[in-house]
Amino acid sequence: MTLTDLANPTRFLALSARVLPWLAAATVILLTIGLYQSATAPDDYQQGATVKIMFIHVPNAWLSMFVWGVMSVASLGTLVWRHPLADVAAKAAAPIGASFTFLALLTGSLWGRPMWGTYWEWDARLTSVLILFLMYLGLMALWRAVEDPSRAARAAAVLTLVGAINLPIIKFSVDWWNTLHQPASVMRMGASTLDKSFLIPLLVMAVAFTLLFVTLHMAAMRNEILRRRVRSLQMMQASRVAFSSEVGTGSREENASKGVA
Amino acid sequence: MTALAALIRRDIRIALRVGGGALIGVLFFLTVVVLMPFAVGPDLALLSRLGPAILWLGALLASLLTLDRLFMADHEDGSLDLITMSRTPLELACAAKALAHWLAAGLPLIVATPVLGLLLNLDMVATGAVALTLLAGTPALTFTGMIGAALAVTLHRGGLLMAVLVLPLSIPVLIFGVAASQAAITGPLSFGAPFSILCALSLVSLVIGPFAAAASLKHGLD
Repeated sequence: MTLTDLANPTRFLALSARVLPWLAAATVILLTIGLYQSATAPDDYQQGATVKIMFIHVPNAWLSMFVWGVMSVASLGTLVWRHPLADVAAKAAAPIGASFTFLALLTGSLWGRPMWGTYWEWDARLTSVLILFLMYLGLMALWRAVEDPSRAARAAAVLTLVGAINLPIIKFSVDWWNTLHQPASVMRMGASTLDKSFLIPLLVMAVAFTLLFVTLHMAAMRNEILRRRVRSLQMMQASRVAFSSEVGTGSREENASKGVA
Repeated sequence: MTALAALIRRDIRIALRVGGGALIGVLFFLTVVVLMPFAVGPDLALLSRLGPAILWLGALLASLLTLDRLFMADHEDGSLDLITMSRTPLELACAAKALAHWLAAGLPLIVATPVLGLLLNLDMVATGAVALTLLAGTPALTFTGMIGAALAVTLHRGGLLMAVLVLPLSIPVLIFGVAASQAAITGPLSFGAPFSILCALSLVSLVIGPFAAAASLKHGLD
């Protein structure tokens, strides 16, 4: 089974139908284990119970960047190899990535309230994640602005790759801007090495969230393929109706419906 | 080479003639700067402190406003198809078009900066610093904005969508442009570091912009 075999959407649908239940089951099991471990992890001596937000926040933040990477690979697939499923993968990933980014921002600001005393701080990391979120939204707006999926796919692929080059630059410049404007008033995470009692649940949660993404992504790709089929069927039907009303004879319509059946 | 020179000459000539709209950007820049005292109050000390930021924001928005002219008119009258099919590599043609656009719409913004600096109570050094950083930074705005313009013309959707796509990409230019101007005016940081990063951003976008714009034109036009 190679990537070129998967170029056939029907084959992908058949394969994903078989894989999807197993993936979903693995996600549920790992998430349960991870959540249990996070709940039973000891409180931090400084932050108390609020440190448990980390077990949700960090996997979300990691996935917010990972999903853009997946979309970049898919965009290369669209532009270079013209793989028919690549643009489906890129399109399906964008809303999921935007959701993970939003959750990272939300949990981050909920964590910031007890820690920093404010919901929003123009901290370098928060700011660059916010810009990432804006870029996800722009990409989704681009997908929604064009009716023809393949045309939108190529435009979105160019923008995704430009974003992939630009995101590190933006991250760097925001770091620079932040150190210029407010010298280290923010408590730094990760300066001290994490204790094992935190690290293991965190890793389990990271794997669980990645599996969650793979599951959701595959399901979204199936939906997208089916949606495109429905769209082309509707367009065929619409053109048939238009054609038959134009000609106005019953025999043509019968022939056309026979031809499709 | 002569083809590229001819393309640049043609684009500048079109931009400066009736209906070209190169100078609309300057007018917009002026209006934005004039609006600003109405928003923050006529306090000269505050205005001179905010001056570099206001000028940079105005220039950013003005260069964004004129960007959709970059490919749209050529697409409407069909000359974009000729450019796409010509023997000159499309990447070079895109770079030439962006250069012409910068000469016609970007340079006037920089020329107007000293006058607008007077309105914002900036002294000589500050005005010079802002003008210099704009000179180094606006090519980056034009060349990254060109990607958005190319996407917009292939999608037949301009305006707001392009602004939403391009503005996040211009954040680094804004950061280092304002930082370099502030460093020259008040210190304590040296002017050199942010200014050379600003130049680096312009050079990087000089490379990436034409390739991305050419890719989206090649794949997008049918």
